[in-house]
Amino acid sequence: MTTEAIHDSHEHDDHHDHKMTGIKRWLYTTNHKDIGTLYLWFAFIMLLVGGALAMGIRAELFQPGLQFMEPDFFNQLTTVHGLIMVFGAIMPAFTGFANWMIPMMIGAPDMALPRMNNWSFWILPFAFSILLASFFMESGAPNFGWTFYAPLSTTYSNGSTAFFVFAVHIMGISSIMGAINVIVTIMNMRAPGMTYMKMPLFVWTFFITAYLLIAVMPVLAGVVTMLLTDTYFGTSFFDAAGGGDPVMFQHIFWFFGHPEVYIMILPAFGIVSTIIPAFARKRLFGYSSMVYATASIAFLSFIVWAHHMFTTGMPLFGELFFMYCTMLIAVPTGVKVFNWVATMWRGSMTFEIPMLFSIAFVILFTIGGFSGLMLALTPVDFQYHDTYFVVAHFHYVLVTGSLFSIYAGAYYWLPKWTGHMYHDGLSKAHFWCSLISVNILFFPMHFLGLAGMPRRIPDYALQFADFNKWVSIGGFAFGLSQLIFLVVVIKCIKGGKKAEAKPWDGAEGLEWTVASPAPYHTFETPPNAEDIKGQ
Amino acid sequence: MTTKKYETYYVPAQSHWPIVGAVALFLIAVGAANYVTDIKNSTSGSGGYVLIAGIAMVIYMMFGWFNNVITESMSGKYSHQMDNSFRQGMSWFIFSEVMFFAAFFGALLYARTLSVPWLAGADNNAMTGAVLWPEFTAQWPLLKTPDGTETTGMGWYGLPLINTILLLTSSVTAHLAHVALEQDKRPQLKFWLGLTCVLGLVFLYCQGLEYAHGYADEMQLYLTSGIYGNTFYMLTGFHGMHVTLGTIMLIVMLIRVFKGHFTPKNHFAFQAASWYWHFVDVVWVFLFVFVYII
Repeated sequence: MTTEAIHDSHEHDDHHDHKMTGIKRWLYTTNHKDIGTLYLWFAFIMLLVGGALAMGIRAELFQPGLQFMEPDFFNQLTTVHGLIMVFGAIMPAFTGFANWMIPMMIGAPDMALPRMNNWSFWILPFAFSILLASFFMESGAPNFGWTFYAPLSTTYSNGSTAFFVFAVHIMGISSIMGAINVIVTIMNMRAPGMTYMKMPLFVWTFFITAYLLIAVMPVLAGVVTMLLTDTYFGTSFFDAAGGGDPVMFQHIFWFFGHPEVYIMILPAFGIVSTIIPAFARKRLFGYSSMVYATASIAFLSFIVWAHHMFTTGMPLFGELFFMYCTMLIAVPTGVKVFNWVATMWRGSMTFEIPMLFSIAFVILFTIGGFSGLMLALTPVDFQYHDTYFVVAHFHYVLVTGSLFSIYAGAYYWLPKWTGHMYHDGLSKAHFWCSLISVNILFFPMHFLGLAGMPRRIPDYALQFADFNKWVSIGGFAFGLSQLIFLVVVIKCIKGGKKAEAKPWDGAEGLEWTVASPAPYHTFETPPNAEDIKGQ
Repeated sequence: MTTKKYETYYVPAQSHWPIVGAVALFLIAVGAANYVTDIKNSTSGSGGYVLIAGIAMVIYMMFGWFNNVITESMSGKYSHQMDNSFRQGMSWFIFSEVMFFAAFFGALLYARTLSVPWLAGADNNAMTGAVLWPEFTAQWPLLKTPDGTETTGMGWYGLPLINTILLLTSSVTAHLAHVALEQDKRPQLKFWLGLTCVLGLVFLYCQGLEYAHGYADEMQLYLTSGIYGNTFYMLTGFHGMHVTLGTIMLIVMLIRVFKGHFTPKNHFAFQAASWYWHFVDVVWVFLFVFVYII
């Protein structure tokens, strides 16, 4: 990070202070590029931490029987792994992209509320320190799963629940402030001529994501607050003896939780929709249908939450309503996949690393989408519920979906961020090792789940032993492959082939009109976006 | 759009207030978590002090941060576009607050229309009623919980009705203050804004009286009195916290008015406080209907 400070001090305007050096630059910064960098590094560190926890899980599951840990510690690992990957890795990574790219893509000088932007970031490391510190407390870390269902998180929770609750509150505050900043930036700071329907698709998808965030993160705050009062102040929101209902927890949680999973995939759609046209050298097929599909998915996300709860004994009408609404989501998602494929159709394609990750995204995310469709069917969900099939499903959409798009975007914009091209051989190794190992890791989980292996269990029946062995081997290989990415990024920051202002000949957008690396302040006077072609 | 070409957007230089705020939130979280853990385990610890230190630090941060913003604004650094950013930011913040209350209203409505009748055996839950709590009958307010805790319902007349009138009136006076500010009638502005603050304080006092009634022996309506007491105190309690915050904001605005701040065209902070006040008022109307009347 410090080396980056050396080579981005071009164009300075007189009324801006020169940026400080050392730690104060990062602590006090109001610059969207600095804050974006902080978000991205934080997300990557959290990815490695969460990955280390996952390796603990896979080590335990390598063989049947209890090998290395008590079941309670295993539960702590699955819980904190989930929380860290969702709130610490994927979401901050996308927010990092948003910070870096949205002002440059719409021709704004910075985010609309730069000081609040700094605050949104810097509360995150504190929140995760609290969460991780609970591993070292007497009672251990939270052990009730990342979904913290009552009464596991109330009556039967361990002593660190309050720390979990307040850590989640801080994460929520961070997300809400970040989302407000993005919305205000996009509504208020677009360069003249940058109309809504000319905005790059990543801006559109994150715009819609930000609405999802401010709509549902407060609901998460509400549900953890009820959990806190149930556990510590004797209320009975989730206790039938007092007139409440543990299933009510699931309703409120998933009213947050389902939009949350789209919060983690919509920006991925935006990144992939930016990259595929650049390397297919064609305009994006169906720009406006992409925008409307994104908005439809966001709308539908609010009326499908109970498909996570088919087995809780809902009234039949509820089961049917949520099943049909869920299956409707396949329509706008299908529009998107069709458009990506149609964009590639007869394009003059080249296969640079961002494109490889994007194509892998389209195929593997679609697999995750199809298994989602299977899970949406109420009758068969009674079989799949809480099995490894579910684990396979959401890892296909979150790892080969969200995470692969993050890698695609990182390789695509690394030249703009650092001013250097990434190392070709190492990045290819990163892609191919990840691609192969991730499928060894997650594909057999489908079969384990269909055969009935439950999730969140440290031990399993003997017939699952072979598949679990392969899953664990895939897991370790995938985890280690991510270290290659770390090397690629560090090499890219330190040096490498000089990147041109626009290293990809098919790329479009305002971010490629400024030098590489991007100057510390860009577009202090708005560029003229009138002549940007409408999509 | 055309004006944007000629305005520069003010991007502040580095600021140390956000990191102060981050440390403050950290102290609040750690302090509060230790504090409630100690309460539950009946142990003593220093969580409360850490919490208070965190709150003090947040207040310190707000003074410093807002002081910077006010100074920048009064020295004319802010453009029309900047003003828009603040306004939009505030309105989306209020929207997020609406969603926070929506979670608790959702819990209230779920309990009333679904879980309480189900516990008494409604729909396909006949066995729940028959096996678990055969004595239990569904009613709202839930005055006797399945495990037998009894309590009394809070009526809507008396204090709650007075409070409704107080808050609705205060919304009108807040609006009149805003009109007076836009017409540059400073004496009227001071009067109406001052009256709004007083109404807010009286509301809080009445709310305190109401809670005292609830916790008195005749009513025995406690936070722990089953789902009715839970939703009653959590909804009115969070609303009361928001009224407290809103009143503090209005008082700060009053002080700034007396200092001669704000012009008919430039008064974002005043407007934000006023929006916030209207928001807590609307929440109260929903509370009054769904918690007290129906």
